[in-house]
Amino acid sequence: MKPSANTTLLAYTFLAPALILLTVFTFYPMLYGAYLGFTEYGGMRFAQGLAPKFIGLDNFRTLAGDDLFWTGIKNSLRYLLVVPVLQLASLAVAVLVNKQIPGIAFFRGAYYIPVVTSISLAAVMWEWVYNKDGTLNWLLERLHIIGAGQGPSWLGNEATALYAVMFVTFWRGFGYYMVLYLAGLQSIPAELEEAATLDGATPWQLFWKITVPMMRPTILLCSLLSTIAALRSLEEIVVLTNGGPLNSTYTSLMYVYNKAFQGFNFDYGMASAAGLVVAAFGLILSFLNFRFFRDNGAQS
Amino acid sequence: MNSSSPQVVRRNSKNPQPSYPSRLIQKRLNGVGRYTLLILILIFATFPFFWTLAIALTDKGAGGGTSIYDFPASLFPKHITFNNFVEVYQSFSLGKYILNSVSITLLSIVGTLLVSVLAAYPLARFKFPGDKWIFGTIVATLVLPSETNFIVNTLTLQKLHLLGTHLGVVLPTLATAFGIFLMRQAFLSVPQALLEAARLDGASEMRILFGIMLPLTLPSLAALGIFTLVTSWNAYFWPMLVLSSTPDLAPLSVAVLKLKGQFNYDPFNIAAGSLIMMLPILLIFMFAQRFFMRGLDGAVK
Repeated sequence: MKPSANTTLLAYTFLAPALILLTVFTFYPMLYGAYLGFTEYGGMRFAQGLAPKFIGLDNFRTLAGDDLFWTGIKNSLRYLLVVPVLQLASLAVAVLVNKQIPGIAFFRGAYYIPVVTSISLAAVMWEWVYNKDGTLNWLLERLHIIGAGQGPSWLGNEATALYAVMFVTFWRGFGYYMVLYLAGLQSIPAELEEAATLDGATPWQLFWKITVPMMRPTILLCSLLSTIAALRSLEEIVVLTNGGPLNSTYTSLMYVYNKAFQGFNFDYGMASAAGLVVAAFGLILSFLNFRFFRDNGAQS
Repeated sequence: MNSSSPQVVRRNSKNPQPSYPSRLIQKRLNGVGRYTLLILILIFATFPFFWTLAIALTDKGAGGGTSIYDFPASLFPKHITFNNFVEVYQSFSLGKYILNSVSITLLSIVGTLLVSVLAAYPLARFKFPGDKWIFGTIVATLVLPSETNFIVNTLTLQKLHLLGTHLGVVLPTLATAFGIFLMRQAFLSVPQALLEAARLDGASEMRILFGIMLPLTLPSLAALGIFTLVTSWNAYFWPMLVLSSTPDLAPLSVAVLKLKGQFNYDPFNIAAGSLIMMLPILLIFMFAQRFFMRGLDGAVK
């Protein structure tokens, strides 16, 4: 069909709602947010109705000297530890459920339930699990891993809180990645695994020598998604610990959120500048992800 | 298919008769091992729900001084009651929050479907100047950094006088690359001949879209509707931010946590409230599991 003026007009009329919404709520905030990072736009200016004032790199200089911001960056990077664990476990679970045995659809479905559970419900339930008197300590006592009454309050202890929150991320994520990996697994030709089994390969060898290399594109996609999600972790923190205890779960986006919305000293300029730094980290990590999986793929 | 039967023969000929029973036993053991693992992971995935259910069903009046941490008794309540559900519904005016959740979710579903369908149709079926560029821009939103959009978006909503309203919660979430892409793929699969025939009959593009395209792409519409429902019902952070000044308009996801934050809260009631919030999602998940389990194929590829 040749594009006529009529078709063009009609096409843009249909596209208008989506384009307007994307412009106002996706592209504009990205650009304006980036600009705000180079301005002074604190509570005082905002209350007086003044426009943001351009101050160059001042916000970034302030950030560089702000220990709390570096605590946030450090914790966000520590949060990335969840990525390899989550991805390997999800892939392993996908291999486990990738077999047509009775009841397998039920198990796959049940593993997905945490994915469709709201973070606020997860917070309610896991706070009970992590309580000093909660099920986790009860289980550990039963298994004689810790003595009676020696278990910590997992979310209230600065040594364990971040890992406890990460574990909730793991719980809510493994079913999601399992489904993505399952789709990838089903595209591996069955002959390949059969041939390897005939040659006497153990399940362990099968997993590392056949499944993982064949799944490289899916692993790249999943680890990319999971890295960005981990770097941007904020919701889990807000509902479970709100950054505490002693800032041990204070992530970089928590800093952005606190600067923008907490208390009377809110500062959109500083918040946006911090957001820009986090975005830069995200780009670098995505690039590293690509390099790692692509280069390893080229070698084998 | 053809290659599989010779392989079976080969496998049997490679393993002489005596080893056959041990092979069978090994297979059984593999089966037992697999199911053991499956059940352990099942417990890990669903345990928090069962404990919450046990707490919600516990008759806190019975026996005096019941604690949710009284193991293993708190996992297997002796006296089952539905009082906690009634109590939380009445004392925390849960009905109000349920209505808020329903309102936000319905607005999201209708809006997302409408915006996605309208945008996807020309992208799938028209040729016009700028079509590739617009499609590329929409896809680009998937990878562009968006971690601080929530700051500017609250400022924008404030200027539009939408901060603290359900419309304010919903509007920024309607146009998504995921929804537009999903519907575009669905429209691409409709045979061109059908469209040509309708156009020859003088049908308007609106008529073609709503009379021919949509009935033929119902599964994709349903999938998008269900994903939007679950996402919007469960959303916590953004509604909490937009509705922070109007707590009476908060959805369940926000209210349940506020409930928990209250001093001297009653865990039995919170457990009951949480389950009330989870129930619709669980039901929808049970009936529409295949939409989730297909792993968004077509959409992600």
